[in-house]
Amino acid sequence: MPAPADSRDSLESFAVVARGVEKSFGSHKVLKGVDLRVEYGKVVCILGPSGSGKSTFLRCMNHLERIEAGFLRVGGQLVGYRQHAGKLYEMRHSEVARQRADIGMVFQSFNLFPHMTVLQNIIEAPIGVRGIPKRQAIEEAMTLLAKVGLTAKADAYPRTLSGGQQQRVAIARALAMRPKLMLFDEPTSALDPELVGEVLAVMKGLAAEGMTMVVVTHEMGFARDVGDSVVFMDGGVVVEQGTPSEFFNNPRTERARAFLGKVL
Amino acid sequence: MEVVPLRYYGRWITALALGVVLAGLLVSMITNPRFKWDIVAHYLFDDSIIAGLMMTIWLTVAAMGIGIVLGTAVALMRISDNPVLSNIAGGYLWIFRGTPLLVQLIFWYNLSALYPQITIGFPFGPSLGSFDANRYITVYVAALLGLGLNEGAYMSEIVRSGLNAVATGQREAAEALGMSRFRVMARIILPQAMRVIIPPTGNQLIGMLKTTSLVSVIALQELLYSAQLIYTANFQTIPLLIVASAWYLVLTTLLSIGQYFVERHFGRSDRRVAAAPDVAIESGK
Ligand SMILES: Nc1ncnc2c1ncn2[C@@H]1O[C@H](COP(=O)(O)OP(=O)(O)OP(=O)(O)O)[C@@H](O)[C@H]1O
Ligand SMILES: [Mg+2]
Repeated sequence: MPAPADSRDSLESFAVVARGVEKSFGSHKVLKGVDLRVEYGKVVCILGPSGSGKSTFLRCMNHLERIEAGFLRVGGQLVGYRQHAGKLYEMRHSEVARQRADIGMVFQSFNLFPHMTVLQNIIEAPIGVRGIPKRQAIEEAMTLLAKVGLTAKADAYPRTLSGGQQQRVAIARALAMRPKLMLFDEPTSALDPELVGEVLAVMKGLAAEGMTMVVVTHEMGFARDVGDSVVFMDGGVVVEQGTPSEFFNNPRTERARAFLGKVL
Repeated sequence: MEVVPLRYYGRWITALALGVVLAGLLVSMITNPRFKWDIVAHYLFDDSIIAGLMMTIWLTVAAMGIGIVLGTAVALMRISDNPVLSNIAGGYLWIFRGTPLLVQLIFWYNLSALYPQITIGFPFGPSLGSFDANRYITVYVAALLGLGLNEGAYMSEIVRSGLNAVATGQREAAEALGMSRFRVMARIILPQAMRVIIPPTGNQLIGMLKTTSLVSVIALQELLYSAQLIYTANFQTIPLLIVASAWYLVLTTLLSIGQYFVERHFGRSDRRVAAAPDVAIESGK
């Protein structure tokens, strides 16, 4: 069971506070006590070798995976648990859903709804979850589409779009919920190299607007240029955390040096 | 240079041979006086045949409706995290797929012999009301229960395979947007499962149309039983079976045409539209 919070972690200035987060799949322990703090308005990039638990940790942040031990607070609220009289109560699905509405998530495989047009993809949750009137939702969706450069594709079905276009729609869809935090899980890994730039450009724009972002990525250039801090994970723990220039120029640990040696 | 397309002589030869055989069969059917085409024509639009036809259509629609609703509910129960629900669904499947429909029909028909008085209430507790089974378990109800409950079992497997066919990323993306479980199912998963569910459901519907003829054993006057009533009186068995078959063929043909359009409708997001030039990106940056 996750440990009760102590007062230090209730600080309102953090979008994400994780301490000792653990998670297993069967007997395979994937997260072995992950610690992380993300300040509002900052971009944190999570790097690390394949299988180190980056995706799993990210998915814990909106309760797509359930943590088994430790403490995880997003937007000042425990993820998936309610604290009451010194005990933690597991939340009902509807309460979890309410938490998730404030957290945007962008997947490696886009996961657009194939039976809906681009516009329908974007307005579905604002109308259905937030109860925003349809006209207003469409207006906001068109503004977002303009922002990601896809106004002309509003009525297209996802399958007719390139990977880069689909991912930009997925970002617009997440933004339509006006999230306080955006999670990205290798948003450009499934893209042809020439399409990576257009998605990174959109993300860069978001960062410049002050969006709080946690980005799992293999794009070292993005981490170096856009990240406010870099988190290096390996073997289910955070091995190193620092500013991009510290991490890339003077990695403190042997494991980080080995990793950088391979990817740079 | 002239292009000579490949010629398929084999196809022509088989088609010709088959054509000769079919023509011979047709001629023999038309000229064989024992088929009694005049009697077929006479009874084709007979009032009781048409009434039977209507009953067959109504039974098909109603039983299929029950089957689809029940099948969806059972499929959702089956995949739910709640072990009570999923076990109930499993038990239902076990019984209704494991016994012949004919037996089930006769069983429901005879239910009033088992429970002449059906009381709704709590076990050993107060009763909420009771009714006379003989009066309410009519042949209709027995037929609908039999056909609908049996169909529900098969439909639930179709629905379940449809739900399983939707990529897990779809559920995750919808949940990550904060959608409720109900909304994820109704708006994201089920519509996508439809494309997998619809084609076999069309087949089930066509199958149901013919399966309704089974209820003739409990003396419900659908198409086949109407024909049987006539031929037991006038002994024109073959002509009346032809009448019934002709109507079954008409209905299955209509359903097949409908199936084609429904499948096309649900496949619409698959059809690629000509990609419009991506002007917005260039001008947007
Ligand atoms: N649903 C699951 N069931 C069982 N094992 C899982 C599941 N999801 C992840 N794992 C395992 O957990 C480990 C960590 O996976 P995770 O996807 O978090 O790694 P990652 O750091 O994101 O790697 P990558 O860079 O390849 O995406 C892997 O060994 C993986 O096989
Ligand atoms: Mg991953």
